[in-house]
Amino acid sequence: MKKLIFYTVLLFAALSFIYPFIWMISASLAPESEIGSLVLFPNTFTLDSYTQMFSKIPIGRALFNSILVSTLVTIGVLVFGSMVGYALSKLEFKGREFIFYVIIFTMTLPFQITLIPQYILMVKFGWVDTYAALIVPYLMNALAIIMFRQYFKSIPTDLLDAARIDGCGELRILFTILWPNALPAIVTIGILTFMASWNEVLWPLIVIRDESLMTMPQLVTLFAVGGRADAQLGVKLASAILLALPIMIAYLFFQKYFIQSMASTGLKE
Amino acid sequence: MKTRKITPYLLVAPYILHFVIFVAFPVIFSIVLTFHKWNIISPMKFSGLDNYIRLFNDTLFLKSIMNTFVFLIIHIPLQIFVALILAEILNQKIFMRGFFRAAFFMPVVVSGVVVTMLWQQMFAFDTGLLNRVLTTIGLDKVGWLVDPDIAMSSIAVMATWKNVGLYVILFLVGLQTVPPHYYEAADLEGANRFQKFFYITLPMIKPTMFMVIILSTIGGFSLFIEPYIMTGGGPLNSTISAVLYIYKQGFFYYHMGYASTLGLFFALIILIVIVIQKKFIEREK
Repeated sequence: MKKLIFYTVLLFAALSFIYPFIWMISASLAPESEIGSLVLFPNTFTLDSYTQMFSKIPIGRALFNSILVSTLVTIGVLVFGSMVGYALSKLEFKGREFIFYVIIFTMTLPFQITLIPQYILMVKFGWVDTYAALIVPYLMNALAIIMFRQYFKSIPTDLLDAARIDGCGELRILFTILWPNALPAIVTIGILTFMASWNEVLWPLIVIRDESLMTMPQLVTLFAVGGRADAQLGVKLASAILLALPIMIAYLFFQKYFIQSMASTGLKE
Repeated sequence: MKTRKITPYLLVAPYILHFVIFVAFPVIFSIVLTFHKWNIISPMKFSGLDNYIRLFNDTLFLKSIMNTFVFLIIHIPLQIFVALILAEILNQKIFMRGFFRAAFFMPVVVSGVVVTMLWQQMFAFDTGLLNRVLTTIGLDKVGWLVDPDIAMSSIAVMATWKNVGLYVILFLVGLQTVPPHYYEAADLEGANRFQKFFYITLPMIKPTMFMVIILSTIGGFSLFIEPYIMTGGGPLNSTISAVLYIYKQGFFYYHMGYASTLGLFFALIILIVIVIQKKFIEREK
């Protein structure tokens, strides 16, 4: 009896999480006149909504922009974050504590303070409507540094000393010895950064006006709130699916890593 | 083992440079901006305390802050309640546990833009799923997004749907730290399910609970894209969030000085709330 209630609750919850996504996919494949119904399988399948969407907005270009921006941001956060994390965990130098507190300060600073001045910086740098505006401000991430620092601390220092005796430079030690030993940290930080960058929408809305430079979430948002979809629901949903699909596919394959990564952000607090 | 003295500084140099340009300078400049009137194009004009005076008389901004708090007050308890129930069930011997966990987590990874567009359809007055279910079982339609008294709650429900999977996972981790013999001892004493939950589980997962509260508070204060897409802040400004209002002042009207004042003021409120929560947590520990 108890089990029955449990499974009823779980099934109902699972249904409520999955049904909307399936409905969205099926609605985007139905002719516009049939979308009103809640039936999951339309009578006729059509790719109309998708062909219309491709002719209305440069979604292919936006996909390219999103992949480019998220990839570069992720690489930057991993490279620079591990450099700082390495210095903070394995090297002794004056000012180390101070830099650590600077990073903690950055983490607790609400973004609402820096939003306006950062935009003004972009204007003054001439970066409005450039990739630089989407990438450069995100190249460093305080949480990533802290996570690298934590992880590197657990790697024995003997390993590094041996390499130093062989004459390895610090950067080579970092990338050829620490990185291969820190794969879990790299996967976690990589997933978190890529996902955050992929889904970021407020900042692109502020610094990008040129349609050919827009990322997916921005283009889809403006398509959804603007008049260009001509109130055609199917076309809007088709664009939403293209935005969700890459992350959902990645999630289906690497589900375990996604869940672990997201859970670990909370636990580090 | 000695390394060259300069090496550590070279490693942290890019970060420091980035920090100075994109964090330290903006923080200082945001304070300077609050004493100025500026639309970026014409020269900056000193305006004394005008922005602050305007802020305290700006009923719409104060309303946007209230709206944000309304969102938090509905969203956080609802989220904890739902997440705890689901985590508590998943912590039993459950068939296909991995599947359920994965299903609950799905909306967490998907963009808020997608989730919002989806729920806009669920909430639609005439054609939406929710109202169809209501009319089918003989109830009246609800103005999920068109009734000013309800719209913010609808958004809070949607945000819960989007994030709850993450909190289910966090609570599951928390629940697994409770030693099983505590429950066995309680069983011997004849405690019922609710007693066990309130006297053993709840005190044991307190740290997780606090973490969940702080994480969802920070998340809630940045509420933006959901009202931006769904309601544009309406009906009757009932869903305009603080960030959405700052965005409008800054990037719609180009009131840089004023928007900066709003940002600074709102950030202070956020910090005060977080500090109060942290103080409370330390006392409880």
